Amino acid sequence: METLNYRFEDGTQRLKSAPQVVGVVGSGNLEVLIEPAALDGACTIEITTAAVGFGPIWQAVMHDFHQRWLLADARISINDMGATPAVVSLRMDQAVQTMLGEA
Amino acid sequence: MNQVLNRPVSYQEASARERLQQMFDPGSFEEFLPPSERVISPHLAQLNAPVAFDDGVAVGRAMLGGVAVYTAAQEGGFMGGAVGEVHGAKLVGLLRRAVTDKIAAVVLLVESGGVRLHEANAGLIAVSEVMRALLDARAAGIPVIVLVGGSNGAFGGMGIVTRCANVVIMSEEGRLAMSGPEVIETANGVEEFDSRDRALVWRSTGGKHRYLMGDCQRIVADDVKAFRAAAQEAVAACSRQPAALSLEALEAEQKMLDERLSRFGSLRDPVDIWTAMQMPQAGNIPMLDVDSFIAAAATRRQGA
Repeated sequence: METLNYRFEDGTQRLKSAPQVVGVVGSGNLEVLIEPAALDGACTIEITTAAVGFGPIWQAVMHDFHQRWLLADARISINDMGATPAVVSLRMDQAVQTMLGEA
Repeated sequence: MNQVLNRPVSYQEASARERLQQMFDPGSFEEFLPPSERVISPHLAQLNAPVAFDDGVAVGRAMLGGVAVYTAAQEGGFMGGAVGEVHGAKLVGLLRRAVTDKIAAVVLLVESGGVRLHEANAGLIAVSEVMRALLDARAAGIPVIVLVGGSNGAFGGMGIVTRCANVVIMSEEGRLAMSGPEVIETANGVEEFDSRDRALVWRSTGGKHRYLMGDCQRIVADDVKAFRAAAQEAVAACSRQPAALSLEALEAEQKMLDERLSRFGSLRDPVDIWTAMQMPQAGNIPMLDVDSFIAAAATRRQGA
């Protein structure tokens, strides 16, 4: 297992609704827990993953995610069981869309 | 999206949380210990294994056709729905709270391979505590209804928990047994049971066989709406009779099992049993749709 932490400071979009979880911790899948949190305007992402050694890819996927949504005061926690980058991106978008009531 | 198109939603393919959303009155599910509380398994991290924020089960309160019930849904996608210490404690807490709050019924959406063996004794104790809590709830007059329609079925300790309930509702796709196919093959050899023979696996453990044997009281199509309607009817029916497990019921069950053993104990395949039960075209039973099957089974199934 490996734990990775990311923090993005320049977000503008704040989420108001109750915490949401999407996805399942199954093979090639992940769960994403998304919550509003007072983080001085930051969006933090903590990933616990069964696939060790993919830090640079996670970094790129998280950077792209942040550019798409520019979340502020949001805490995202992920339990991953070897999901591919595309699945990770889709799940994270689903999490935000669920928070926004769009899913 | 599915609701807009008004298509049947497969119970088997839905996740635990999707089932909770679709089974109960819209927006009525209120979760106890939601994932944001992060009550996770203390054992899996020590084993360097992935955890889930809800430990693979969502528990809470929901409305079923306007009736408040307590409910739990096991997530088969996380470790096959297996019961660990926290997972089991959530089920036990739900059943105990049902007694305290005198709730109308508990509806369990079971999907589990049984005990989470990674958690060893803690998992074994957890699942036995679930059985005790379920029977305590029944003794206190709270009926328990179990739904089995997930692809992981209800096996091991959760198979026993299922059979402790007042009413079991299954789909053909659902499976219910003690030892799973691979366990039987490992212990007794491929000649005894070929776990890769999927038709054999479903003939032996699937909803149709369980319905004919009297191990489940209702069989429905693999459709969340059908499960919802059957659960609603079961809650209403249970409100008109005692929920407690009586000595008479236990003795009747024992008699049924004795008869099953003497009538069918020497037969090799469920088709032989169906033939002995004089089911018409026994070999064709797996091909019947649920309504034709129920009609054919009406006078012949055990416990009818």
